[in-house]
Amino acid sequence: MANSPEQGTDKLQLAKSLVDLLEAGNDQDAVSVIAELAGFRDSMLFQEVGRLKLELHDSINGFVMDARFADIAQNEMPNAAERLRYVIATTEQAANTTLGAVEESLPLADSLRSDARHLADQWAKFKSRQLTVEDFRDLSVELSDFLKVTQANTEALHERLSEVLLAQGYQDITGQVIRKVIDLVNDVEGKLVELVRLSGHRSKPAAETTGREKDISAQGPAVPGVDKGDVVHGQDDVDDLLSSLGF
Amino acid sequence: MNKNMKILIVDDFSTMRRIIKNLLRDLGFTNTQEADDGTTALPMLQSGSFDFLITDWNMPGMQGIDLLKAVRADDRLKGIPVLMVTAESKREQIVEAAQAGVNGYVVKPFTAGTLEEKINKIFERVAA
Repeated sequence: MANSPEQGTDKLQLAKSLVDLLEAGNDQDAVSVIAELAGFRDSMLFQEVGRLKLELHDSINGFVMDARFADIAQNEMPNAAERLRYVIATTEQAANTTLGAVEESLPLADSLRSDARHLADQWAKFKSRQLTVEDFRDLSVELSDFLKVTQANTEALHERLSEVLLAQGYQDITGQVIRKVIDLVNDVEGKLVELVRLSGHRSKPAAETTGREKDISAQGPAVPGVDKGDVVHGQDDVDDLLSSLGF
Repeated sequence: MNKNMKILIVDDFSTMRRIIKNLLRDLGFTNTQEADDGTTALPMLQSGSFDFLITDWNMPGMQGIDLLKAVRADDRLKGIPVLMVTAESKREQIVEAAQAGVNGYVVKPFTAGTLEEKINKIFERVAA
């Protein structure tokens, strides 16, 4: 808070005149000189507060104008919510596919088990010669039916198990989407730390941002409602595009 | 098609590698190996006499598209058929992969039928 030379001289003159006035017993004028001297101190204080305010304003402006920060607030936060909703929908779908396949598989396995148990009983009777010729004829028909059913049921079971296998692809898809959200959370954390630092010590303005890469690199799974760009919808679209390229 | 051909499956998610491996086994292909990104896959390809490469795109380290380019740039590897199985679904990406010399492109999530169809198509063309 250095005083300018003029202010110093002014103050000295005022102080001298204050002494003169007090010696002359002119209290009324002395009080007004005292007020004038105090005014110097106040104006210095206001100036300093004003300067601080301006600096803080600039710092915060610089922070808000940081392109990355604006992008986070305007696009990526809402997108992150959308991505997480997509994760819920995708995992739900996979769970339902898996549960459906299991529910269809259990009766197939149960019917094979009960048929096999019945035939094992009959077969034991046959081996201990407890079956009549008539009974054996029935058993032979049952056996041939059982072999057909076994073939059909195990094929159906194989199909359901393959469905379950494929449904696990959700882990890859949602994993990629969640990784993106984690990156965003890390980014936001960094920005918040910066904001705290900025309000604590008003020293350094927001760090310069590097432009987001706009190349051909991997984008992860397209999330409906978020990734609106030129995205294909399913394998048929891919096949059409590739065949248009001469594939 | 030689069901005993040696296939390399490249994906950073082990669940997806397992899925593809199981689907391939279902189709009769049992001679498979796995790698979790291009950086691991490339030396395996260079020393391993693989007949077929199935790769994801989005992986840490070396991405699938770069692996594809590296394979096509390598005199000893450039003839390997490459199938991309990926969640990357931007048109420009598919065009990029096609230009880099991919033999087939399957978008995730996919069906067992799609995988079989693309593999058959690739080897029909390779045989022709």
